[in-house]
Amino acid sequence: MKFRKFLIALAEVFRFIKRFFKEAFYPPFEVKETLRQCFLLGNRSLFLIVFTSFLAGIVFTKQSRPSLASFGAESWLPSLVSQAVVRSLGPLITGLICAGKLGSNIGAELASMQVSEQIDAMEVSGTRPYAYLVVSRVLATTLMLPLLVIFADIVALMGSFVMVHAINKTSFTLFINEVSAVVTYLDIFSSLVKSAFFGFAIGIVGSYAGYHSEKGTTGVGKAANTAVVVSMIFIFVIDLVSLQVLTLFRAQ
Amino acid sequence: MRPQTDTIIDSKPDTRGKVVVEMQHVHKSFGDRDVLTDFNLQLFERENLVILGKSGSGKSVAIKIMVGLLKPDSGSINVLGYDVPNLSNKELNELRLQIGFSFQLSALYDSMSVRENLEFPLKRNLGIYDRQQLNEKVMSALQDVGLESARDMNPAELSGGMKKRIGIARTLILNPKIMLYDEPTAGLDPVTSGEINELILRVRDKYNTSSIIITHDISCARQTSDRIVGLFDGRNKVGGTFDELKKQNAPDLQPFFNY
Repeated sequence: MKFRKFLIALAEVFRFIKRFFKEAFYPPFEVKETLRQCFLLGNRSLFLIVFTSFLAGIVFTKQSRPSLASFGAESWLPSLVSQAVVRSLGPLITGLICAGKLGSNIGAELASMQVSEQIDAMEVSGTRPYAYLVVSRVLATTLMLPLLVIFADIVALMGSFVMVHAINKTSFTLFINEVSAVVTYLDIFSSLVKSAFFGFAIGIVGSYAGYHSEKGTTGVGKAANTAVVVSMIFIFVIDLVSLQVLTLFRAQ
Repeated sequence: MRPQTDTIIDSKPDTRGKVVVEMQHVHKSFGDRDVLTDFNLQLFERENLVILGKSGSGKSVAIKIMVGLLKPDSGSINVLGYDVPNLSNKELNELRLQIGFSFQLSALYDSMSVRENLEFPLKRNLGIYDRQQLNEKVMSALQDVGLESARDMNPAELSGGMKKRIGIARTLILNPKIMLYDEPTAGLDPVTSGEINELILRVRDKYNTSSIIITHDISCARQTSDRIVGLFDGRNKVGGTFDELKKQNAPDLQPFFNY
């Protein structure tokens, strides 16, 4: 019985995702609402991401230094940090923060609309709530995550530079030269693609949790919680899969 | 086809217009719980039909099935000539544009102001973006419910009665042929309830709508109904005008009349 319920739930999730692609790529398009959501979601997370990325850059640099110093490879610090930030740290920090901030926000917002019958009201007035509420939010998170990751990478590297400069008096030009010597286009491209998948996962999980929330106030809390937990799990899974795919690319 | 009820009193058979809603032998269950069992209903043109019943008797489920928000397990539902359970999404949207649904909790979009709430269906359904046209339609709908002054307020600033009226205004803005009111007076004081009841009658007269009013409030039923159907344990058991049902002394309805 439980397995049957699980299969039914899984089928519902696939139907939800299929509906997204059907409504996202066929007119009428929700351009205005998507742009509004892009602004809202991007703007809402920017400060937090900038702040945490800066700190992460400082902390990661400070923690990596003793290990490199013990091998006499302290000068590799900018190379190591930049690769770690661009390939993994930047997207992961951004993904996890957005899962917490945006995922819970989307889940709770849609769930409270569901509980107060606002989604039903849109449905019965023929205003296509799925396209208006879900498609716009999922597209916004998918488009904004890569942009936020670019910010996060730059700011984390700034944090790293501050620490490197404070310890070794490394100049900004030298630091940038070191960074650009090791970071490849494939690193940047794969990081952006990966973060777009993170964004999609955050948007679709948050929307699904909110759209299918249980009635009552507990339903809202549960939807927000599900949105955060499940999208965080998805972020790690996507990170792992993308690592495997990239390893194949790099091996060729 | 007449509705299959245990007791139906046919009050004014010759003066009724055409049938706009017909539900026959509708069955709906959630898990093991039967909510509607062999439910039958007819709504005539320009008629105010009250579905009276206790909480949890399946009244709201019946009207949600009418607009395709819920799917019936079996039975036929015909609304304005549309066979509701078998409609495509496009046809369902066409039908829904002709139906106004006033929700129990008003269901105002709380991220939008009153004006934006009213403009939303106009923009999305009719593609009206002209500011002057939008303003005229919004003001006209607000005048109909007596709340012109609330235009720039947010839903959080409105009282329960105001929310109900704005919810009705939002549905009226699309000129519906059928109005469905889900517990229109629930949670309101008697004076405000009376105002909502009067509004329901005014809407019928001005917009020529046929209405179904779901309620457990007997004074709402008395004030707004042309005909009442009693829904108990998922079955429509009694039917007739308010006075006829009062005389009929049906055991299911007695608690309502004695209250």
